[in-house]
Amino acid sequence: MIPALERAVELAIGAMLVGLALWSVLVRPRFASIVGFVVFGLLLMLAWMRLGAPDVAMTEGAIGSGLAGFLLLSAAARLRCSEIRRARIGAGEPQRARDRSPRRSSIVALGVGCAAVAAALAAAVAALPHPAPSLAPAALERLPELGIGNPVSGVLIGFRALDTLVEKIVLVVALVGVWGLAAEASWRRAPSVDPSPEIEPIRFLARALPPVGIVLAIYLLWRGATEPGGAFPAGAILAAMAVLVLAAGLGRLPPTAARSLRLAICAGPLVFLGVGGLGMGVARGFLDYPAGFEVLSIKLIEVLLTGSVAVVLLLLVAGPPEEAASANGMRRPEPPL
Amino acid sequence: MSALAASVGTPSTAGAPLIVGLVALPMAAALAAVLLRRRAASAAVLLSAPILVGLAFAAAAMVLSTGSPIECVLGAWKPPLGIVLRADGLGTAMMVVTATIASAVALFAAATERRGAAMRGTAPGSSLNDAGATPGPADPPPGDHSGGPAEAGGEADGGGERQPDAAPERASATFWVLLASVWGALNLTFIANDLFTLFVALELLTFAAVPLVCLAGTPPALRAALRYLLLAMAGSMLYLLGVALVYGSLGALDLSLIAELIAPGTDSAPRGVLLLALVLATTGMLVKTALVPLHAWLPPAHAGAPPQASALLSALVVKGSWFVILRLWLTLGEVPGGRTVAFALAALGAVAILFGSATALRQRSLKLLVAWSTVAQIGYLFVAFPALVAAAAPTLATEALRGGMLQAISHAFAKAAMFLAAGLLVERAGRDRIDALGGAFRRMPIIFAAFAIGGLSLMGLPPSGGFWAKWLLLQATIGVGAWWLALTILAGGVLAGAYLLRVLRACGAEAPADLGADRAVVAAPAAAIAPDRLRTAIVLGLALVSMFLGFAAMVPAERCGVRRLLRSEPITQLDRPIEVLPPPSTPHGAAEAAP
Repeated sequence: MIPALERAVELAIGAMLVGLALWSVLVRPRFASIVGFVVFGLLLMLAWMRLGAPDVAMTEGAIGSGLAGFLLLSAAARLRCSEIRRARIGAGEPQRARDRSPRRSSIVALGVGCAAVAAALAAAVAALPHPAPSLAPAALERLPELGIGNPVSGVLIGFRALDTLVEKIVLVVALVGVWGLAAEASWRRAPSVDPSPEIEPIRFLARALPPVGIVLAIYLLWRGATEPGGAFPAGAILAAMAVLVLAAGLGRLPPTAARSLRLAICAGPLVFLGVGGLGMGVARGFLDYPAGFEVLSIKLIEVLLTGSVAVVLLLLVAGPPEEAASANGMRRPEPPL
Repeated sequence: MSALAASVGTPSTAGAPLIVGLVALPMAAALAAVLLRRRAASAAVLLSAPILVGLAFAAAAMVLSTGSPIECVLGAWKPPLGIVLRADGLGTAMMVVTATIASAVALFAAATERRGAAMRGTAPGSSLNDAGATPGPADPPPGDHSGGPAEAGGEADGGGERQPDAAPERASATFWVLLASVWGALNLTFIANDLFTLFVALELLTFAAVPLVCLAGTPPALRAALRYLLLAMAGSMLYLLGVALVYGSLGALDLSLIAELIAPGTDSAPRGVLLLALVLATTGMLVKTALVPLHAWLPPAHAGAPPQASALLSALVVKGSWFVILRLWLTLGEVPGGRTVAFALAALGAVAILFGSATALRQRSLKLLVAWSTVAQIGYLFVAFPALVAAAAPTLATEALRGGMLQAISHAFAKAAMFLAAGLLVERAGRDRIDALGGAFRRMPIIFAAFAIGGLSLMGLPPSGGFWAKWLLLQATIGVGAWWLALTILAGGVLAGAYLLRVLRACGAEAPADLGADRAVVAAPAAAIAPDRLRTAIVLGLALVSMFLGFAAMVPAERCGVRRLLRSEPITQLDRPIEVLPPPSTPHGAAEAAP
């Protein structure tokens, strides 16, 4: 491409990102705001691609736009439902709800604070050294020791394995926290994904997409050693496929108390921790892989992590298990448009 | 061992398994608690507790005896590419504190659960051997089995072989996972030497702390937890922006490496960007530490949380993010402009002391009073920051560091004791009102004493740990010429005395018409009155440690024990610029005559 054109595209993406961010914050209807947020995520994907970070772009697309967007949409639908119910009960309740919304003064203060941080960041980024100091050459240089070719995977599962391990445990703890929100009577039951209001097109998608998605996830996982991809994007795609199937009403989740479910959740981090601990005996230290078995260990960890990430993300989207009654009660009165 | 002897003075790697265990074991216990059944889950955490206490003390002893930090290179990837865990005096001291308090809280929680089981009619003996299958007579009928999809696959998988217990099962199963996670996250925070690892550790800490707030599941508790979560996420984002700026300007995340890169004489670093990074990251962590004016989440979070969760939050969790701020300032505190920001932090600390204490004075609920007292005590953690970055006066910086650490540690013990004591007092009184505490002195003299002893430390009366902390902080603030800070410290002690006296007087009063006591008797006939020796002993023990810390700190002042425990790389990092620089013309620093 011509450099001038490239620059123009970059500027356009940047301007649209700022515009969409403002749109999704300022626009009043919830649905419009969420759509703005989802499109913002998709554009951010493009921005990451332009910055040469396809791994980040994939994760942004799957998590930032896909799962987070789905979560926001179902939250908006529930809010709408509870508002309708409250309106039916009486006029006193919405009054109290309005009192709880943030005051105008605090909104203004927040806006000023955000603007100040943004301005300071802009000034700081302009003052950063150019070219930026980077560890990328060092990472590339030592990559062969891990036996894999993708520097991003090398950082995630090799050089900074501890961060990845703890992040995966964070996911599990977050899920335990979400389950802790369940009512006492229902917390051992099966969580469920809100059924989609437009059931027919979703049913079609839920039958057509998962085979492609599963193959794509396996491909990403397999090629993650040498090309962009790896455990997290693969797990996120698998989770998105499962959410689709559940939203179409074509499947059900096991109860949270199910041993197999809990094993799937913990297997990835536990094996990661175990292999890491093994490194203290048979390799150079904690979180080092035994010589000659680097690729095998990494593959084992990545496959199990993919499963755990997929299950945990899916369950995070499904939320706490609820009373069976509310599943067919009035939860989603009409499409939010 | 020979390697250890050879490397005195330089970081030793002989203790690497110790510090790996301190991080990995609680995380493994947390995962096991997710995987295992309820009683096995609590057993996994309770069994790992003594091991972790042993590891923490062993690591501390090793640092103390060799005088050098323990290092562990992860996966043989040294920084800048990889991560090094580094347990220095500061980190090991905090890990010992964490291990002691977390074990005490774990025991307390286990005792509470046993009593709860006993009150619901299950024999306490059977609750020990995972045979809680017989539902007590008081158990509500398990929810409708009429047609929920939940029962489809659950029976075979272990969900159904036992009827769902009465109320506390959800909270209990969640609590043990969270306790182990908080423990592991704190240990990692204390020994991480890398900005991003600190971020990850703080994320784990936050995601474990937020559900602790809403364990009770009541709407106010859920609201408080949501508020905590949103503020903490904003804090994480600010911290991450700061980290990105540091990496963008230096290309390093390892704290020791950063200290080298910005040492005086190296003029490649963009100092203005680093100052902004320091301010952003500190602000982010301040949200999680709940320093005024970012304290809004803390009091409501404690109001609805069970006592063991409050004790963890107030004693340990807020100290984790404070410790990150301390690490940041020991590394980056001397960038130009840092002094001004340090004084701003100290001013916020002073406001916190006065505002928090004054608000505590007005509370009608006991738990809220103790929570607002935490807001005030957090202020003390920041008043010494100007002295901490006084590069011209290393002894002053050391005083400030010792004072801050001692304040963090003695407040941790005192506040853990006070929240647990408050929990027991409220449990007995039947409601969380200070004026309902009448008669508590006669009914629960030991709990009353434990609360009072913890209070002595908050007031800063000798010989408590709080006294020595405040004494050192006074010296540090006077050393930088900040008389207004010194006066605030003294005023804070008086105010603490005032609000604690309110509680003690209420406890000493005769039970007014025994309204609360009646209700408690109705709710729990025999078990509530039954002797509660284990929990009483735990509370008293924690309070006594907060008192005993004063003596522990007194001896080393001459014999250099605590000084040595605290002395490690951060202070040598503080020392280094002084060797390079001629004494700069800072008027405050000149006032301190270094003995």
